[in-house]
Amino acid sequence: MKKKNNALLTGPYLIWTVAFIVIPLILIVYYGFTDENHRFTLDNLSRITDPVTLKALLLSLLLSALATAVCLIMAYPLAMILSRMKSGASAIITTIFIIPMWMNSLLRIFAWQTLLERNGVINQLLAFLHLPPQHLINTPAAIALGMIYDYLPFMLLPIYNSLTKLDWNVVNAAYDLGANGRQTFFRVIVPLTMPGIVSGITMVFVPALTTFVISDFLGGSKVLLIGNIIDQQFTQVGNWNAGSGLSLVLMVFILVSMAVMQHFDTDEEAAGSIL
Amino acid sequence: MKKTISRIYVIFVFILLYAPIAVLIAFSFNNSRTRAKWGGFTFKWYLQMFQDAEIMGALRNTLILALLSATIATILGLMASLSLNRMKRRNRTVMLSVLNIPMLNADIVTGISLMLIFIAFGQFLTHYGYTIVFGFGTVLVGHITFNIPYTVMSILPRVSAINPSTYEAALDLGASPSQAFRKVVFPDILPGILSGFLLAFTLSLDDFVITHFVKGPGFDTLSTKIYTEVRKGIKPEMYALSTLLFLGVLLLLIVVEKGKGARNKNRKPAY
Repeated sequence: MKKKNNALLTGPYLIWTVAFIVIPLILIVYYGFTDENHRFTLDNLSRITDPVTLKALLLSLLLSALATAVCLIMAYPLAMILSRMKSGASAIITTIFIIPMWMNSLLRIFAWQTLLERNGVINQLLAFLHLPPQHLINTPAAIALGMIYDYLPFMLLPIYNSLTKLDWNVVNAAYDLGANGRQTFFRVIVPLTMPGIVSGITMVFVPALTTFVISDFLGGSKVLLIGNIIDQQFTQVGNWNAGSGLSLVLMVFILVSMAVMQHFDTDEEAAGSIL
Repeated sequence: MKKTISRIYVIFVFILLYAPIAVLIAFSFNNSRTRAKWGGFTFKWYLQMFQDAEIMGALRNTLILALLSATIATILGLMASLSLNRMKRRNRTVMLSVLNIPMLNADIVTGISLMLIFIAFGQFLTHYGYTIVFGFGTVLVGHITFNIPYTVMSILPRVSAINPSTYEAALDLGASPSQAFRKVVFPDILPGILSGFLLAFTLSLDDFVITHFVKGPGFDTLSTKIYTEVRKGIKPEMYALSTLLFLGVLLLLIVVEKGKGARNKNRKPAY
């Protein structure tokens, strides 16, 4: 009886998992390693060395690393300040900072387009102050700004959560034992909030590395990221083999970054949840 | 001094986060098609938005999708949690790792992989005279797939926390297995079910990337509609839509917070 029950419970999601998670991933690997005549080839993978593609990949890595670093540097002090507030105020004010995360993300990037455009809000403000207009949109900097803006709440929330769980007696003990502010921060507070930092970094870096929307909206068609190249292969060129091959290369970078992050993660619960 | 600096910093980040949204809202009332100048106050973009059949259709699709995918993902997530809880630790770790792939993987890869499986499955079915139409059905399957890990994440801890003795005690006291489940186990995991449903609902509302790859031509959700409109050049109706969506999210959050003080769960960006 119990066995039958278990099979009824396990069956549906097991079938779902195999059909829509496992087999699709195997398909990407299959397409990535074959040509249109289903013959084995490495051409799709070596497309990454094509100058335009390679440039896009390097730019993606650079901008997503930059955005992750800026998000971390901006979010950590903010999370510290928020977590030190009186508990009632802290929850409400933190919610205010999280609300933009729940708003449609395309619209938030669209908002920056409005600000940065040639005739956008910022250039009109500059004109009003009799300053020369700036070329802001369609630059890598604009894309980095969009990434930082879009993903900042995703860095803030996990760090804030781990700071609220922090036992401040430990911090006070460090001071009592003669540690100065800097030592206490880097030797006590940061290691204890590492799970939050790790989860924040992953939640910013992976989507930033693979985005094609932010670069579409703020880079025009002038600045391409690796996400744009893959998207074009699927939606415009229609070369699924090439697109799959490039996705595989991208996945290698994602897995490496996760493995590195996992190395810093002291949270044993989370350790089991990553492949 | 230190307090002043931290206060200034909090206000600085606040302005950075909300200024763009404020600009969107301001433009939704601007009576001028070009953004270059302020043409006076108007509600006409809101009226035009409500009369735009495509936007309204996309809104309807988005809401139906979010409701359906969240419901099905919650049911599957509940079943998965119940069965995972009974598994041996080793098997559970393996299952959870596979189940979590869509949550950890980049959305673009998940979207592409789903697109490929739908195409492959469609090719298989043509031998038997059937076809797969990319549209509502494929998008629904995609949304359910990326929602399941989030519902399991919300429900499984609740299920694990249940003391099995309470269920057995209910059976000893004469309850049928289904009664024992409904009256004893279910109330304990209900909060997890609700927060999982809500998380899945909002993720589905917000998703762009996966929908983009599995939707096919002619079918749009709000996100994909916004994407095409913004790439075509801006329609002021989009500002009106942004404003209403922002207010909608605000309202929903206030209701949820008032309802049971639900905490914000970790979730990942829509792309």
